[in-house]
Amino acid sequence: MAATQVSSTSTRTEAGKKSAEATRAKHAREAVVQTGIAAVIALIFFFPIFYWFLVSVKPLTYTMSWPPVWLSAPIFDWYQVVVLGVDPNVNAQSGAVFNGAAGNYYVIPYLRNSIVIGILSTGIAVLLSTPAAYALSRFTFKRRSNLITWILSTRMMPPVVAIFPMYWLYTQADQKVFWPLFGSGTNILYDGLIGVLLIHVVINLPLTTLLLKSFFDDIPIDLDEAAMVDGCTRWQAFSKVIWHYALPGLGSAGILAFIASWNEFLLTLTVTRTQFGTVPIFGSTFDVSAAGTEWGALAAVSITAMVPVFIFVLIVQRNLVRGMTMGAVKG
Amino acid sequence: MNVSKTQAQTRLHRTIPWWSPERPFIWLVPVIFLLFVYSIYPFVFNIVISFQKFDAMAKAFKWNFPNNWVNLFTNDDFLKSFRITFTYGSIALVVELILGMLVALAFDAPRVKLRGLWQSLFILPMVVPPVISGLMFRFLQNAEYGIISNLLYATGIVSIAEPLIGGTGKNVLLAILIADVWQWTPFVALIILAGLKAIPPEPLEAAEVDGANKWQQFWNIKLPMLRSVLTIVVLFRIVDLLRLFDYVSIMTSGGPGGNSETVSHFAYRMHKSIEWGTVAVVGIVVLILSTLVTNLYIKFFKVRF
Repeated sequence: MAATQVSSTSTRTEAGKKSAEATRAKHAREAVVQTGIAAVIALIFFFPIFYWFLVSVKPLTYTMSWPPVWLSAPIFDWYQVVVLGVDPNVNAQSGAVFNGAAGNYYVIPYLRNSIVIGILSTGIAVLLSTPAAYALSRFTFKRRSNLITWILSTRMMPPVVAIFPMYWLYTQADQKVFWPLFGSGTNILYDGLIGVLLIHVVINLPLTTLLLKSFFDDIPIDLDEAAMVDGCTRWQAFSKVIWHYALPGLGSAGILAFIASWNEFLLTLTVTRTQFGTVPIFGSTFDVSAAGTEWGALAAVSITAMVPVFIFVLIVQRNLVRGMTMGAVKG
Repeated sequence: MNVSKTQAQTRLHRTIPWWSPERPFIWLVPVIFLLFVYSIYPFVFNIVISFQKFDAMAKAFKWNFPNNWVNLFTNDDFLKSFRITFTYGSIALVVELILGMLVALAFDAPRVKLRGLWQSLFILPMVVPPVISGLMFRFLQNAEYGIISNLLYATGIVSIAEPLIGGTGKNVLLAILIADVWQWTPFVALIILAGLKAIPPEPLEAAEVDGANKWQQFWNIKLPMLRSVLTIVVLFRIVDLLRLFDYVSIMTSGGPGGNSETVSHFAYRMHKSIEWGTVAVVGIVVLILSTLVTNLYIKFFKVRF
């Protein structure tokens, strides 16, 4: 009796071991398949960027042929043209520059504009919208939900609605107000830093306000009340206590606002002409239909413009979903 | 009780002035002012300008009632751009939703290794400046040496006689669709993925025990639970597709033959050719349509921000 019991237990563990092994093998197979699928998808989506990067380090003759020469000894002539402002025709003999066409490929002034506008507009948008978000989260007042809907609908509004009114406002304000003050022909709003800055602040306000509201909503209201019981005014409760708890939100809102400002195109295009372009404006000046397009230079400009946003998006990854839906989905 | 509360409130309101930080006004006023400049002023200004015509010689607006409105709705370019915006938008929305859902399910599979790496690579497209993606896809879709063109030639989807960009413009919307899908499927997928992560495991386990297959689990459990996330994704995609401009401007300039011109591009082209009365009318039409669509959508699906 004892013997049979022992043997039955041992077969059971044997069977258990076998089934456990089978499950482990099945899991390993699943892991391979599922990882493979995810990797293929990720690589398909990453491939165009990689391929475009290759274009920026290849001579043009290798690029403009089919099938393409995939790998070659990397050359950095395109980056010299784009970042250092080397005359593209100087390097014509290296085979890097194909048609030697005249053209401006020097990205640094535009990059500087984009960085200045990005940082300033982000800073101002976050600074202005943090108190607004706090108020929307904490105060109850008449038409509060209407106000939120209105802020939301300015985000939803297609920018074409504003292109001509903003253009007209800027050109007229320059001519009627700023030219008498600063001299005729100065670019203050139209084609100038302040004008572009204003546009970029405004397009980011709905995003930062509603996103920060969602972060303030997560902070218990007891904290405000405790601070005010201890003698803080409403303003002190906000400026000394509460906003510290919203810091992760401020970071995410800031980074997303920077990315939006970095990528903004249509409105900046309408309020600038030649003096104050951002990187997307610069990108739009290239002729991509002619036979002699300098793809290498364009690729080098593109890669230069992608690097900052790539770094930022990887930093903000944890709050990305929440940010891109303005707080509607808590990722 | 009620009476005393109201009394307390009225007393509060009498003693605290409207500009005090104890009241919401002062907190909100900069944001309200700036958004006013960006949304209410353009609306009113567009209405005024929509009845006028810019006289380039006199450099002034002249009364032109109601020609801008009448002309717009008989303007073939506008009507075509309107049709293109809606048909293209619907197709892009459906494609991105289906692809995004499939991708999200793939990334949500339980035994994916190095998930963070794949996800990081995958989300990069959505922060590339659209102008830059336009340039990039213009290269990838070059009729001679573009890799996408050559792949499509090899599979027979597109013929060399009618390349993606160029020719009579038969395939030009496909060219833009490819760029759009590449850039925005990650966005759709990422948000659906967040929704999938939030689904509690219990109902799925129960279904598994009851013998439901993967498809039944998806259709009967996951999909209904993704409802709120999906409504938000669709809302954001509708908004972005209605304003589609960047790819069109960079890749095709609306051509060939206006076959890729969206409403935004039409308005911008009118702006460039100083047809400001027309721009104003388009602005009002677009504003009313987009406000109507998004607000009805938000009401109907009860989206909360």
